[in-house]
Amino acid sequence: MKLRQVTWFTLSLITVSSLLTACSSASSSSPPATSSSSSSTGSGTSGTASGSLKTGLKVFVIPKNLGNPYFTLADSVKSGGALAALNTLGETGSETSGTDATPASQLPAIQAAITKGANALIVSATDPTALCPTLTSAMNRGITVVTYDSDAPACRSLFINQASTSAIGTSEVDLIAQEIHNKGDIAIVSATASATNQNAWIGYMKTELKKFPNIHLVTTVYGNDDPTTATQVTQGLLQQYPNLAGIISPTTVGIAAAAAVLDTAKYRGKIALTGLGTPGALKKYVDDGTIGSFELWNPANLGYLAAYAAANLASKKVTNAAGQSFTAGKLGSFTIGSDGTILLGPPLVFTKSNIGNFNWGF
Amino acid sequence: MRATPRLGQRSGPPAPPPAGSDSRRLTERAFRIRESGIIVVLVVFTAVTTAVRHRFLGVTNIQFILVDTTVFALLALGETMVVISRNVDLSIGSVLGLSAYLSANLFGGHQGIPIPLVFLAGLGIGLGCGLVNGLMVSVGRVPSLVVTLATLYIFRGIDILIVGGKEVVAASLPPGFTNIPKATIGGVPDLAIAVAIVIAIGAYYLRSFRSGRELYAIGSNPDAAQLAGIPVGRRVFTAFVISGGIAGIAGVLWAARFGTIDSTAGTGYELTVIAAVVVGGVAIFGGSGSVVGAALGALLLNTISSALYVLGISPFWDQAIAGFLLILAISIDRLISARLTAALRLRGRQHA
Amino acid sequence: MLSRALFNRALLNRTLRWETGLALVVIIVGIVGAASSPQFLTGNNFFNLGLSYGEIAIMTLPMTLIIISGEIDLSVASTLGMSSALLGVLWSDGWPMPAIFAMVAVAGLAAGAVNGLLVTRLGLPSLAVTIGTLALYRGIALILLGPKTISNFPPTYTDIAVNGFPGISNLTYSAAIFVVLAVVFGVVLHATPFGRSIFAMGASTEAALFAGIRVKRIKTILFMISGLISAMAGVLWTFRLSTAVQNNGTGLELSVVAIVLLAGVSIFGGKGSIAGVVLAVLAFAGIQNALLLTNFNQEATGVVTGGLLLVSVFVPNAASFARRLRELRLFRQQS
Repeated sequence: MKLRQVTWFTLSLITVSSLLTACSSASSSSPPATSSSSSSTGSGTSGTASGSLKTGLKVFVIPKNLGNPYFTLADSVKSGGALAALNTLGETGSETSGTDATPASQLPAIQAAITKGANALIVSATDPTALCPTLTSAMNRGITVVTYDSDAPACRSLFINQASTSAIGTSEVDLIAQEIHNKGDIAIVSATASATNQNAWIGYMKTELKKFPNIHLVTTVYGNDDPTTATQVTQGLLQQYPNLAGIISPTTVGIAAAAAVLDTAKYRGKIALTGLGTPGALKKYVDDGTIGSFELWNPANLGYLAAYAAANLASKKVTNAAGQSFTAGKLGSFTIGSDGTILLGPPLVFTKSNIGNFNWGF
Repeated sequence: MRATPRLGQRSGPPAPPPAGSDSRRLTERAFRIRESGIIVVLVVFTAVTTAVRHRFLGVTNIQFILVDTTVFALLALGETMVVISRNVDLSIGSVLGLSAYLSANLFGGHQGIPIPLVFLAGLGIGLGCGLVNGLMVSVGRVPSLVVTLATLYIFRGIDILIVGGKEVVAASLPPGFTNIPKATIGGVPDLAIAVAIVIAIGAYYLRSFRSGRELYAIGSNPDAAQLAGIPVGRRVFTAFVISGGIAGIAGVLWAARFGTIDSTAGTGYELTVIAAVVVGGVAIFGGSGSVVGAALGALLLNTISSALYVLGISPFWDQAIAGFLLILAISIDRLISARLTAALRLRGRQHA
Repeated sequence: MLSRALFNRALLNRTLRWETGLALVVIIVGIVGAASSPQFLTGNNFFNLGLSYGEIAIMTLPMTLIIISGEIDLSVASTLGMSSALLGVLWSDGWPMPAIFAMVAVAGLAAGAVNGLLVTRLGLPSLAVTIGTLALYRGIALILLGPKTISNFPPTYTDIAVNGFPGISNLTYSAAIFVVLAVVFGVVLHATPFGRSIFAMGASTEAALFAGIRVKRIKTILFMISGLISAMAGVLWTFRLSTAVQNNGTGLELSVVAIVLLAGVSIFGGKGSIAGVVLAVLAFAGIQNALLLTNFNQEATGVVTGGLLLVSVFVPNAASFARRLRELRLFRQQS
């Protein structure tokens, strides 16, 4: 009885494994995406003359996670983001990702995109290194890999940066310095401790702070992009540093949570708050004075630019060498900087006077 | 021989013996000790932290802690009722998230909608989810661990499908709504008072109403309860519906507190709440524990979190401490219940 | 003797019925998946599946044994995270890899031992204990690594994310390990006295104790195995992502439990089979992968997973419900 069961079981296991291997040897490894039959409509039709972009390219936009309002702005057709640009260019664009903003959740979507014959990937990296084995192997097969919003430096051709890292860092400090009159203790409420962009910006903030000898950065705390945690760390700050004059929160979840905490008669106006946030989420706090000014960029433009960059690179109209330039539709012309970075532009500062102009859908 | 506990069928801690007897007083005293135990730890902890940083006991910080605890204390209340009956509800985080978005979204679509109506909407959503859980557990006879694990996924999935990439922003919420967590009476947050009243009602119900006490009986020994004529299915169903409804209300409060709501609201809360409930002295296999204890457990965990931040100890210690406390709590419970069993057995023999 | 044969026959009948159903599901998934996406049944896709689900699959094996024995271990994902953090910290401190492997193995065994001892010696319910250790071990991972990310692992190891097992190009290392472990666990569970005693203690602890089975010792061993395997999964995970960060593997435990339940393993203990688990892994991974490849709304995968789980418990319940109805009718006819 038991022997039969065991034999049956082991046999089925062996059958399954050999099925897998048989399938693998039958179809071998998928041919490189650029020459696979699924993209024959793409590379075959339009000429590769340097003047025109290829159409029909399969481009996958892979944000950190789905269901994220920031990325919805950056990617969707309705907001004029990446998918809108891809439509204009005549490419086949689709958005995919996982639902937790972790590499483990994002990787299957990236792999599926490669399997489906992607010509180009536009990725906002959940982690600077975890995606590299997969992205590098994609590039080795001729797939164009472009990152936007959050970089994975070692495994992409181009990085579309929303604003120069140093510009964000320095301008954040300048904004807060203005509000606290160049004097006092400040703290930073960040996102997760390992986020590439966060740490890069904070690095530049610290450099800029050297210009303000009377401003003292007391600590950096991490809200983990979770409203409850961000609220608790902000409250902890208020208790630990009774003389706190200002808070910088370069993360949309963090600044919204901090604003909710500071939005009481006791703190409003006494502790300055600035950072990076979406106008929709922060309008209430700008109107009632909790936030004097904050900044961001237009996420839709970021996605739009990333799409054009990917299309240009995939069509071999540009390489990722510094100095090359291309046109990105309505946004004008852009030049590739050192290290394959393209800058969208300077950050946008929102204050009471202009926040009403930005109705990005919510 | 002491049976090793396992899922589904086991003999839990002794159910409260008939009224008036010596043993009953002993049992109640044991459980009271347990609750006071949490209070003692809470007091000691607060005292130590305040000694280092006296602002910890300042009015503002106490208000922060109390308001932070309200959502979890409410969730703990609902979860306790379920756990007492030897079940578990893992879907509360997802229910909270669904309710938070859908109810707060009403403000944007219907200008001037009265706030109580929004609370009713949240309650309704929660009750609906609780109904689904309750039906599957009581009528479908499916173990609650499996049902609520599945609905954790399903409700969160529905939430993500409905919300997509949208979010509710603070600007769309009327000030009357977002001020609810900030309102205080004489320095004590309104919310804390309201939740304390709700918990008191819950405690009274569980202790003094027959249907409440029957939950304990069901948790101690479901088969015996069935044979004794207790409508087990109906009671368990009700417990899940109440748990869902409470999670729905907690969702509305969550929305009022944070102002910005997307599809991730409430993710991961279920394990934190169960930890609070267990730390609060509720036996995971049912039959004993109190909502007051559970609420105190939630308060303790939140106080420790807050203390870590205030003391500047790396918040990275938070999880480890919570886990350690949980294990300590159930170990102590085990000790108490073992001693209690021995004492009761001794008395039983003496009276025979 | 006779009763044992009858016991096995009944068990065989029951599990075979469930497994056949599962096998059918896997075949249907294969057919539907292949029909809706030409890339589904390709070797490359199997490789990706192995990458994405390898570690989860490996962790389902000891979990199965633990659930059959009547307990549960919710700390597996945190043990994975803790071992990942340990790997990262020791590597950045310059330890040689073999020593790190040994250390991680010891940590995994210790983590499992703590669970096992708390459950068997102190008699604490495993559900509560492992929720506690879930937080405790994740906390230790946090303390070990803090905000740091370690990602400079040598390519010899991180290559498991790109290269398959030598000789079989589309089988990932983790999938290969899963296959081997599945055979080992299968043999142990279904063909050894050790395995039989696991079923016995799941069915009735008291009876098992009276039969002379060393329940406490076996359960402790099971928890230690689970800890060791989770630690190994942590190493594989870290190398696959070439990153050690404190939140590696968060939330995985629910997926592992869901798969084991899908396999027809009863949450009350005493019933289940490794073959079912293997089929459940294939079904689970296959369905999610097919959905991904066919542009199914990714935001709805949670609903599918939850729905699957419900179906997996309702089907046997429906069968027994129907049987009860039939018995009731028979009883009414007779009286």
